[in-house]
Amino acid sequence: MRRGSIVLLVGLLAAAWVAEAAVNEDQVTAIATQLRCVVCQNLSVADSPSEMARQMRDVIRERLARGESPEQVVAYFVDKYGEWILLSPRPQGFNLVVWVAPFAGLFAGLGVVLLVVLRWTRRPAAPPEALAPADRERVRAELERLDE
Amino acid sequence: MIGTWKRWLVPLAAVPVLGLLAYGFRTDPRAIPSPLVGRSAAAFSLTTFDGQPVSLEAYRGRVIVLNFWASWCYPACYEEAPVLEAGWRAYRDRGVVVLGVDIQDTEAAARRFIAQFGLTFPNAPDPTGRVSIDYGVYGVPETFVIDQRGKIRAKHVGAVTEALFREKVEPLLGEAPG
Repeated sequence: MRRGSIVLLVGLLAAAWVAEAAVNEDQVTAIATQLRCVVCQNLSVADSPSEMARQMRDVIRERLARGESPEQVVAYFVDKYGEWILLSPRPQGFNLVVWVAPFAGLFAGLGVVLLVVLRWTRRPAAPPEALAPADRERVRAELERLDE
Repeated sequence: MIGTWKRWLVPLAAVPVLGLLAYGFRTDPRAIPSPLVGRSAAAFSLTTFDGQPVSLEAYRGRVIVLNFWASWCYPACYEEAPVLEAGWRAYRDRGVVVLGVDIQDTEAAARRFIAQFGLTFPNAPDPTGRVSIDYGVYGVPETFVIDQRGKIRAKHVGAVTEALFREKVEPLLGEAPG
């Protein structure tokens, strides 16, 4: 009986250890990259060397080990800190402005460039006006003088 | 020839930009609204510097002033420490408990801080940071007022003043527990 429970305990510990070890560090980093380090200025939890960021990475690792999906882990932080914790705002609602505005600006700029270029090319350079006979005579005289 | 509307185009384009700047510069980038106010407080159990266990559950039925602090948090934490101690002494017999959670700190420095201000309310370190992350803490000091039913009723960022006890704690005292 006692031996059975020891075997069970060892088995459970091994299972827990395997689960802990199964957490992919790349996945931890991928999640940490999306999260704002709360005690820093513009640093992600993945990039910050701060104690708080390290603790947050531990929380990510622990939750993944518990079998949560990356989305659930991110949702946990959003639940506690609000959308502010996300370095990129979610593309929904009013947030869409920051996703769409740069591209809208880019296309508007391209449109302006296109219009300007069209205007330049549509108005071909005016053909050189015929030289007045007096000017023609002067050019001829100058060229002759060059040849001498 | 430039049409009259074109002359107004550039100044008009500046209007929304100026509007956005006017709005942006008047908001405090440090004031981050907490999504936790109005929700149930996250359960925790910690051990105080005196070795006593403390948990949210153990204080059910009392109004909790949960204060996150650190000894390196100068001057705000130093300003509020006497206020918290005075609040604890004034309200402890009326069903209020002040609980300090020391985060991102060393034990020696935290003990010095507690001794310096002669704090008598329970204070516990949060060595793994789990409690502070559960409460969405992003800096110190931050203070939560939790009612008798375990619901977060207010969050205060920055040094606690006497007004917190008067305006956020006092009105809860008449409320029934459970």
